[in-house]
Amino acid sequence: MPFDISMILQKKKMQILEIWIKKQLESADLREDLFSNEDLRASCEELLEVLLSSLNEDNLTNPASADFDEVNEILAGISISQARQGFNPRETALFVFGLKESLIEILQEEIKDPQDLFTNCFKLNRLLDTFSITTFETFIKGREEVILRQTDEIAEISTPVIRVWDGILALPIIGTLDSARTQVVMENLLEEIVASGSSIAILDISGVPAVDSLVAQHLIKTVSATRLMGAECIISGIRPEIAQTVVHLGIDLSNIVTKATLASALKFAFQSMKLEVKRVQKDNRNIVS
Amino acid sequence: MIVTLSKDVMKVVKDQDVVPFRNRVKEYAVKIKMGLVNQTKLITAASELVRNMLKYASGGEILIEIITKGRDNGIRLTFKDKGPGIPDIDLAMKDGFSTGKSLGLGLPGTKRLVSEFDIKTIVGEGTTVRIIKWANG
Ligand SMILES: Nc1ncnc2c1ncn2[C@@H]1O[C@H](COP(=O)(O)OP(=O)(O)OP(=O)(O)O)[C@@H](O)[C@H]1O
Ligand SMILES: [Mg+2]
Repeated sequence: MPFDISMILQKKKMQILEIWIKKQLESADLREDLFSNEDLRASCEELLEVLLSSLNEDNLTNPASADFDEVNEILAGISISQARQGFNPRETALFVFGLKESLIEILQEEIKDPQDLFTNCFKLNRLLDTFSITTFETFIKGREEVILRQTDEIAEISTPVIRVWDGILALPIIGTLDSARTQVVMENLLEEIVASGSSIAILDISGVPAVDSLVAQHLIKTVSATRLMGAECIISGIRPEIAQTVVHLGIDLSNIVTKATLASALKFAFQSMKLEVKRVQKDNRNIVS
Repeated sequence: MIVTLSKDVMKVVKDQDVVPFRNRVKEYAVKIKMGLVNQTKLITAASELVRNMLKYASGGEILIEIITKGRDNGIRLTFKDKGPGIPDIDLAMKDGFSTGKSLGLGLPGTKRLVSEFDIKTIVGEGTTVRIIKWANG
């Protein structure tokens, strides 16, 4: 006689839940610091409830069935939140594998005929494996989100605008100047020009590994935007190898004031603001009365 | 005769792949003791071609090779995409020509930066650009 394993499992729901939770509590890997026992129980209960009510004889062998959409959704939700909280993949995997073992343990108790037991375990195994895959996929997606967020944060913190002198701003750029980064640089710079009433901005590219046509275009755009604000923009930190490459590439920077070092850019800025930096002579100070 | 000493293939499909690719090219250039100026030229050329591949062909594959000819060592990069191809190569190789509202310096500039430059394209099938930079070239 064929078994309706969904019925069997439905009947034993509480038992499955207990086995599953016990398994995870026993496991030395459980992160109590990240996941309280109540949270664990709630997640397990929700997932099991939905899984057992979606499962029937037909879709048991069809993991792609739309009946499991909700199961996949819950699993994805759990693994994405675990990824964000910093669980490692092993912990997340144990969660799904624990469920599989618990279900199979119950089948073993309930189905006496070895052939039936095997057939049903096999089907269940397949189904749960596809759920594991969903879990892995979303876990990795969750981690990628974390990385993307950090990338944004790095872009944010690595473009400080420094007031080097009254009316002079300096902006050291470190790393690759891509479109997103340029946007951040430009916004920070323009805001700071307004806030400080500066008339000169120095863009230092000593920390930019390569200036290709895209980076050059971004630099040119930033300079034009600065000029529109009524300020002048100097590009400094052009290393010899960068200078040669830019020339061969054919990029025309002749409309832009460029300097080899931040120091010479600063000197240029002082000059154009009619400022002079002088060494004070000690003897003179005493003479003036 | 050119002999390949080692090779490596990298897929580039998104903007985030550009920096790791460039770093890989740099590693190879350092390995064959290429000078800083040539390294920078090669990396800049590679950067232009990889960006074209992303912008006009939504990505592709790059073969990175260390090659040797007589006493010269060099890096050969082969950029292969399955994009729309370039209808008029002569035009595309002109300074300032761009269908992407850009500077139009990528292809002609790259040619000036490297030792050897070769481009093959078939409209509707894709584009292959191959460049060589000799360590002392
Ligand atoms: N891999 C490619 N597939 C299809 N078309 C391409 C490819 N590479 C270049 N092109 C075409 O050739 C033109 C010239 O390319 P080039 O790199 O010289 O300039 P650009 O990319 O438009 O501007 P820039 O590189 O200066 O930012 C492009 O505008 C584009 O139409
Ligand atoms: Mg280009």
